[in-house]
Formats: sequence, structure tokens, C-alpha cells
Amino acid sequence: MSETKLEHRFGPYGGQYVPETLMPALAELEAAWLSARVDDAFQAELGRLLRDYAGRPTPLYLAERLSAAAGRTIYLKREDLIHTGAHKINNALGQALLAVRMGKRRIIAETGAGQHGVASATACALLELECVVYMGAEDIRRQAPNVQRMELLGATVVAVEAGARTLKEAVSEAIRDWVTNVADSHYIIGSAVGPAPYPAIVRDLQRCIGDEARAQILEREGRLPQRVIACVGGGSNAIGAFTAFVGDDEVELIGVEAAGEGIESGRHGAPLTAGGRPGVLHGSLSALLQDDEGQIAEAHSISAGLDYPGSGPEHAWLRDSGRATYVAVTDDQALVAFEQTAQLEGIIPALEPAHAIHYALHVPSDSDLDLICLSGRGDKDLAEVLKLLGR
Amino acid sequence: MSGAERIAAAFSGCKGRAALMPYMMGGFPDLETSLAIGNGYADGGADLLELGVPFSDPLADGPVIQSAGSAALASGATLDVVLSVALELSQRLPVVLMCYSNAILARGTERFVGEIASAGVSGLIVPDLPLEEAPATAESCAAAGIAFIGVAAPTSTDQRLAAIGEATQGFLYTVAVAGTTGERGEESNYSEVIARVRKHTSAQVALGFGISTPQQASAAADAGADGVIIGSRLVREASESSSPAEDCQLLVEQFAQALR
Ligand SMILES: Cc1ncc(COP(=O)(O)O)c(C=O)c1O
Repeated sequence: MSETKLEHRFGPYGGQYVPETLMPALAELEAAWLSARVDDAFQAELGRLLRDYAGRPTPLYLAERLSAAAGRTIYLKREDLIHTGAHKINNALGQALLAVRMGKRRIIAETGAGQHGVASATACALLELECVVYMGAEDIRRQAPNVQRMELLGATVVAVEAGARTLKEAVSEAIRDWVTNVADSHYIIGSAVGPAPYPAIVRDLQRCIGDEARAQILEREGRLPQRVIACVGGGSNAIGAFTAFVGDDEVELIGVEAAGEGIESGRHGAPLTAGGRPGVLHGSLSALLQDDEGQIAEAHSISAGLDYPGSGPEHAWLRDSGRATYVAVTDDQALVAFEQTAQLEGIIPALEPAHAIHYALHVPSDSDLDLICLSGRGDKDLAEVLKLLGR
Repeated sequence: MSGAERIAAAFSGCKGRAALMPYMMGGFPDLETSLAIGNGYADGGADLLELGVPFSDPLADGPVIQSAGSAALASGATLDVVLSVALELSQRLPVVLMCYSNAILARGTERFVGEIASAGVSGLIVPDLPLEEAPATAESCAAAGIAFIGVAAPTSTDQRLAAIGEATQGFLYTVAVAGTTGERGEESNYSEVIARVRKHTSAQVALGFGISTPQQASAAADAGADGVIIGSRLVREASESSSPAEDCQLLVEQFAQALR
């Protein structure tokens, strides 16, 4: 943990494809994180907040009825139980503390499902920071409860009307705000995407998921899981779940993307699964949905958090290097798992991890021990799901 | 004549006054009108032309250029369409292409550079390709005789400015304010920005971002800019006017007047 540089590239992926105006801020951010992550006082403060305020460590839960349905043992890493209801708070608290350390008191964030926006607004309320959250107008509609939460927490939510009015456009607007206000603002990116050093910082802040889960399952089962399964939007909960296990060659790592209306339909959010030429979006080179001219395609997913045409660069490299596998689950399948998890376990998952659960429950495997990252709870999705199910 | 030489000739042809470098979005609102707009720029007194390639997610652009890009794409603009504009307009004045990095990657760097060279393009600006990511593209450009133009920002450190100022070809695109493209009311501290980059480069210094009135253009020239780039103001005229070519030409004439 005492390197002098964070990873800028993962294999060929990553990089810093941003306007020159931001380059000095990225260098400042990298230097700040390199010093903060080895600073005992910073780590103690972050550790205290994660424990006493957010509720870490989160439980590892043996889901007996899901296990019975799947015919193998399934553990859920309960990120749904953490403060604000999703793993996003791990990253938001860490980066907000880092912003304070850098003397930046205005925070910019983007959000899709609203979970990262809520997490950022929460951290800002706690640390007395100004908070501006960009959110696509379509996401504002389908994730309304989170908009109310952000506003109650004192954040300004800015509706983004460009393009498909979802996560991609929200990230673009957040970056434009940052270019303009870079002197006094820090951009808390919500996933393991963006220009270096963001993918590495977000991974460092999310790796507590897998670090905890690895120790927990060793204690409970006396062995490592056969598979670690997590949903992938930009890839932050997945990289957080995977990192501790990357060196354990016998553990299969599976990222589950959104197949939307089906990969063949072209209406999906699964760039890693679909393959194809990599490209640059939001400052880094990675797997990407795009046309032959390099225009970025719109993603489609029932879950706002997976509705993104890009992917974290480290995932693209884990895929190419063969260390992790990426698969995709459709909207309809995610809805099935959403209901199943509610009815079998009394847990209403967010639609995003419902994708991961569906894969574990319904795709045959020789595995006898699965660990699924239950990245968030589903309260935010209730209205939308009930409408889709015709209730 | 190489692209860098043609650009240099355009600057020296200005004989001491600042060069007028208007920007247009290729293929906006459609191919034919955009050709007429470019010809209007040339007739109105432009010295160099900046030609934008529309992109779905232009991070360095404000609302006016963003929506022009979206409209161009919706009307069927492609790289080939924009290069057909370049081919025609480069008969009249040096054309500098402005495009985002994914368009280059999509085509393949070598092929992209070859195609823009064939279209008569003299220089290339890639707003999301900072020094660290630029070497492959810059090398291809050098081999094809195209000036790979660096971008300096008000936030750039001295160390970065020195490296950017050293590497740039043709001129140094100097961003006047931290932010995206877009009209700005105030005349910010042009002289400070220009004086700072001059210390680090022997290239011509062209100032852009936010310059939207003839007064601002002449202030930029007075502050020592070798070239003045006008973007969003003209693109807005192209989108709002019912006779865009004529009205853009009139505006360019006013800017040209201000620089005399
Ligand atoms: C609960 C939950 N899981 C997963 C995601 C997807 O993001 P990531 O891939 O970064 O974990 C989101 C994003 O909003 C989310 O809210």
C-alpha cells in the first residue's frame, strides 16, 4: 500500500481521456489518495465512520431458502443493510473525507438509481459540504423516492434532459460541472469508471466488501466460495466483491450485466458480455456499447444502476485476462429474482443485484458454494416493479 | 506544403493582426447548409477554419455545441460527411479538425489520419486527448504532415505548459477559462492567460472558449493572442437563423472588423 502511483491502466484499458483543464485535478486527487490511504489518522476516521455511522462490517447471511431453490449453498453479502441501503456509501464517505482533506467543500456527483446520489448527499450532510447531484430526467421519474431523500438531505438535484436522460448523460453533465468548477469542487464519481485515478480509488474504497466477505466465509465454512457473483453497472460493487478473491485462483468471479430486452435485441447494458471493439467514454478506455463511427449507444435496463453503455476498465481487463467471466440477465429475469428473493427470504433486493441472484438461481452450475453481493435494497424500485408486474 | 506550414502561412498572412479562427459543426444543420456556412466564414474574412466532428458525448462542450452535434448526427452526419465539408473548404483556407478521441479509435488511428489528410485537413485538435494519451495520434499526424495541436488550460501547471508548448504543432490552442465551450459575458483575464503560456511556447497562441462578441475578440487580440477562436456564438447563429449562411457571414465580418 505504499506505491507512488495508482494504476492508470489495467492491461490496455483505463487512461485519462479528459480535457486538459482536468488533468491537474486528477494529479492532485491521485496524490491526495496515495497519502490518505497510508495515513493512520485518515484511515481511523474513515474506519470509524464506516463502522459507527454506516454499519460495517455488513453481515454475511446464509440464505437457506434460496440455497434450497438453487440446490447449492448461497451466502448473501448484505450491503443492503448498510446506511442509505447500498454499497455506494463506502465510496461516498471515503471520497467526501478525501475532498475535505483536499480543501474542496463543494461536491459534484451523478446518480442513476439514486443510490450514489443519496450516499453522496448523506456524506455531504454529515461533513458540511455543498452537494450537487446530476440525474437523468428518466431516472428522476423511475427512482423518485431517492430524489426526495437527496433533497431532504440538503442536496441540489439537477435534472439532465440530454439524450436518453439516464446515467450516461448524468455522468457527462457532472464532468462538465467539474471542468467549470474544478478549483473548489471535487467530483465523487459513483462507480469504478472514469479517468484514472478514479477506478483505482473506487476499488480501494469498495474492496471492504470482499475483504470482509472472504474472512466471514472462511470462518463459517472453513473454505473459500466456489463462485463470487455480483452485478455490474459501472462495476463498483463487483470490483469491491472481487478484489479480495482475485489471488484465489480456485474462486470463480462472475459479473452479471443487464441484458435488458435481450443481448440480440441490441437493447441492453452489457458491454462486457457483448464484446466488440473497446472505446472511450467518460475519460477511460473500456468495453463500450457504440456504433461503427464511435458514437456511444444508449443502454437499456430495467434497473437504472445498470443502465450504462460503459464499464469499469479493470473489469474489461479481468475479462480479457480470463480471471473473471461476464454474463447478462434480462429485465424479465431480474423481476423474477426480485420477487423470489422477497418471497423466499423476506429480503427485497434492489433490481441491480436481482440480476446477480437470478444468475445464481437459474443458470446450472457445478458450484456448491456461492457468494452473492447483495449490493442494495429494493425500496427505491417498489413502485416501478409493482407497475411492471401489473399490480 | 505540410499542414503545419499551411497554418503558419495563414498566421503570417495576417501581418501582425490576430487571425480569425471561427468554429463550425460539420454537417450542421445538414451537409449542404454547413458547406454554405463554411463558405460564408471564408467570405466574411476567416483566416483558418475550425471544423467540428459531431460526437454523442462531447465532454468539453456546452449546450450550444452539444445540441448542434446531436442535430448533425440526427440529420445523418458521419465522419465522411464532415470530411467532404473539409475537402471543399480546404480549397479556400486551412481547415483544423476538432474531434473527440473515440471517433479516431473507431476508425483506427492510422486510417483516420490518412483520411483526414486526403480531405485536405491541415491540423487536428482532440479535446479529450491530453499530452499523456496523445503520442500515438501525434506520431501518425506527424507522418502524414498534419499539425497535431496541443491544448493549454488555465489550470495547467507550469510543468505541463512547458511540455504541451514544446510538443504542439501549428499553434497552441489556449483555453481562456476553466469550463466548457459556451458564450460568456465577461472578458476574463486574457492577458494573464496569454502571458503565462507565452513563457512556455514559441508557437502561435490562439485563444478560445467563451469569446462571443467582437469586443471580446478585440480584447483577446489586444491581450496578445495570435489567433482568436469563435465557437458557440457562431454555432448559435447557425441554429437560430433562418438564413444561417448569410447571417454567419455577417457575424464573421463583424469579428474580422474588430480584429483589423
Ligand atoms: C444497489 C446497486 N447495485 C449496483 C449498482 C450498480 O453500480 P456498480 O456496478 O458500480 O456497483 C447500483 C447503482 O446505482 C446500485 O444502486
